[in-house]
Amino acid sequence: MEMPAPDPSILARKARIVERLQKILPKQAVIEDEVETRAYECDALTAYRCPPLVAVLPASTEEVSAVLKICHDEGVPVVPRGAGTSLAGGALPTADSVILGVSRMTEVLETDYENRFIRVQSGRTNLSVSGAVEEEDFFYAPDPSSQLACAIAGNIAMNSGGAHCLKYGVTTNNLMGVTMVMMDGEIVEIGGAHLDAGGLDLLGLICGSEGQLGVVTEATLRILRKPEGARPVLIGFDDIVVAGQCVSDIIKAGILPVAIEFMDRPCIRATEAFAGAGYPDCEALLIVEVEGSAEEISAQLERIIAIARTHNPVELRESGSAEESAKIWLGRKSAFGAMGQINDYMCLDGTIPVSQLPHVLKRIGEMSKEYGLDVGNVFHAGDGNMHPLILFDANKPGDLELCEAFGADILKLCVEVGGCLTGEHGVGIEKRDLMVDQYAPQDLDIQMAVKDVFDPRWLLNPAKVFPLASSEERRIAAE
Amino acid sequence: MMKPENETALAEMVKGAKGPLRVIGGGTRNIGAPVVGETLSAAGLSGVTLYEPGALTLVAGAGTPVAEIEDVLAQEGQRLAFEPMDHRGLLGTQGEPTIGGVVAGNVSGPRRIQVGACRDSLLGVRFVDGAGRVLKNGGRVMKNVTGYDLVKLMAGSWGTLGVLSEVSLKVQAIPETTGCVLLYGLDEVAAVSAMSAALGSPYDISGAGHAPVGVDGHPVTMIRIEGLDASVSYRADKLKALFANSGAEIHVERDPAKVTEGWRWLRDVAPMHGGTSAVWRLSVKPSDAPAIVAALREVSGDLKVLYDWGGGLVWIEAPEGVDPRTVEFAGHATLVRGSESLRAAMPVFHPEPAPVAAIAQGLRDKFDPRGILNPGLMG
Repeated sequence: MEMPAPDPSILARKARIVERLQKILPKQAVIEDEVETRAYECDALTAYRCPPLVAVLPASTEEVSAVLKICHDEGVPVVPRGAGTSLAGGALPTADSVILGVSRMTEVLETDYENRFIRVQSGRTNLSVSGAVEEEDFFYAPDPSSQLACAIAGNIAMNSGGAHCLKYGVTTNNLMGVTMVMMDGEIVEIGGAHLDAGGLDLLGLICGSEGQLGVVTEATLRILRKPEGARPVLIGFDDIVVAGQCVSDIIKAGILPVAIEFMDRPCIRATEAFAGAGYPDCEALLIVEVEGSAEEISAQLERIIAIARTHNPVELRESGSAEESAKIWLGRKSAFGAMGQINDYMCLDGTIPVSQLPHVLKRIGEMSKEYGLDVGNVFHAGDGNMHPLILFDANKPGDLELCEAFGADILKLCVEVGGCLTGEHGVGIEKRDLMVDQYAPQDLDIQMAVKDVFDPRWLLNPAKVFPLASSEERRIAAE
Repeated sequence: MMKPENETALAEMVKGAKGPLRVIGGGTRNIGAPVVGETLSAAGLSGVTLYEPGALTLVAGAGTPVAEIEDVLAQEGQRLAFEPMDHRGLLGTQGEPTIGGVVAGNVSGPRRIQVGACRDSLLGVRFVDGAGRVLKNGGRVMKNVTGYDLVKLMAGSWGTLGVLSEVSLKVQAIPETTGCVLLYGLDEVAAVSAMSAALGSPYDISGAGHAPVGVDGHPVTMIRIEGLDASVSYRADKLKALFANSGAEIHVERDPAKVTEGWRWLRDVAPMHGGTSAVWRLSVKPSDAPAIVAALREVSGDLKVLYDWGGGLVWIEAPEGVDPRTVEFAGHATLVRGSESLRAAMPVFHPEPAPVAAIAQGLRDKFDPRGILNPGLMG
């Protein structure tokens, strides 16, 4: 994966830049030692690494503003970083960039149950937002699987999803307002405790802009009262096409489960060997979870089971207790770890129309044979958000490249059937060069024109999202 | 009036425009500062092009009548989750509301508090920008973070960034039944407090509104629940218990036709139909709403008021000359109904802080470099 060559004039000015940053931040908040900056050399896309020029950890919106003013003044690229859990390389630095980490900004600023929102600093982790409102039985709905570690800042940058977005939506549907610092240091407030924009919907634009438009330092998030209860049912099928049909029928029937998760045989076998959740050995497995009071749950599960029975399932296991629910979820939740036990893996998140599920799964199976790499599928079936896990051996020369080529082919297939490259992880560097497969040149141009408005000098996370060739003219002109 | 029949013709017309264009769909929502220019109607770009009930997705030309979409969906037991308001009664307009108009205005009804606004159901758009380029963003899948989300930006941009040609929407299955818990006799502070309690309960409320003067002349607070029959009964009972000490007289309406009628009354702001005085739409923090209304009453005397979104949306009918923005509050106010001279004289949309206004203007300059698309409509 190509990154722009570092600007030698910036590298030569390192001492001065560090000195200026040290004047406005506490000593420990400016990390410039070459050993220590290694901690910021990559995110969860670990195949690509490069230590930044310097990493800074401001503690407030004002400090972020002061940092950005200096970087703007010096013409130094800035790579914003939440918790560094991006699977797409969204926080990958270049050698001439400043990493701006929000990990010290974790405060809860306001909790309002009456109006159902919480305002937090953006470095707070996703799970600890829910943790802050748990005592009143509230929660924050988006639940990416990295929620223990990932920060709200990164969730906003990537518009993160999760298993339960079928009912509750993704980050953008639960974000009410942000405090954002522009590249030139200006602080703007967008949205707040009220709903919807008074003018253009800038909040909707900022969410998912991968840290390229501004640095979000505070966020107002919608919180919800927890349902009275939740319970899953596990359904096994001997045919993936039939499993896909069952998903479609459940959705059509007007029942709105909070989650419909799908695993195929390679994944089921791997998780069984790893976690021993007692899954049946079959072609496809669905976990469907519903919420409500005990009676409401029973009524909904009854309907789901009736629909499932019309598709001749090989296994139907309704959870009757919290322990059984946990056991049903155990395999799903350990799927990534289980695949990781077998080998290195690459996880994609292309999204397709639900109706294309059987076709796409069949094609992935065929491509797996052509490339000679195993693949397991575990994903959010209700919304068509695939997660093919391609297994490869990082120590085997050429295997990573082979895996990336296979991955690219899967994503192109997703686009071909009417879907998209990424449903919840973001483009970052990983899918940057595939953007031309989804968008025509003018579609990319108008997106880049948006960045021109927010960051005319292209200093914020400049080498991400857009193919380098597409953004080159703008990046060079801005220098 | 220009009325292209397809996207290519639309692009040619925009490209060839010699001056400002007044972009409309069905022409039923004459909201915004008056626009002087040649009328360009998107109503000819009509028809549902894709509908997959099992995937809850529908794609349609921007000029497709909302009624046609609702019919197509109803045949499969589905609907638009965000229940867009029909502005004809309030604004005294004629014509056929289009889905493009709904999207351009981000028009959302009472269910907004549960399922989000129109923009939250919008999966993709195709549009022609001010330079006449055909552009697309998003797609027809539920989750999509591929590049910037211009879909949200286009929703609620009132035709100032581009002329929508096609929209792709997430739809919703119509629940088995619906019910409404009605609380009679609460004052506005108590009503907002009751709505907050309902919305903070685990009973999955799909609507919460309050009319200080209901159909029978008395204050009524409405809490809507939807779902399986047994579930609606269960939650109605729980809500009744929740409000047992509220001082209100409680009635549960279980006739779905009556519930639907009541919520349409609220959605379309029926108490303010037929009038000509100014109607404002305020988006605020719900618990702030009663105090804002009280402050406005001090300025202008008696007002017609209607609360939706648990108090977060306030409709106010006020004499011309009253500007709710003279009362300081967090949120925004839009002049939805007003004479042409009034709409020309004061900002229809809430003035934004300078840095935000600069970003918005910067975006308009990029999307519409010649400044020909509904110029000045949003201020």
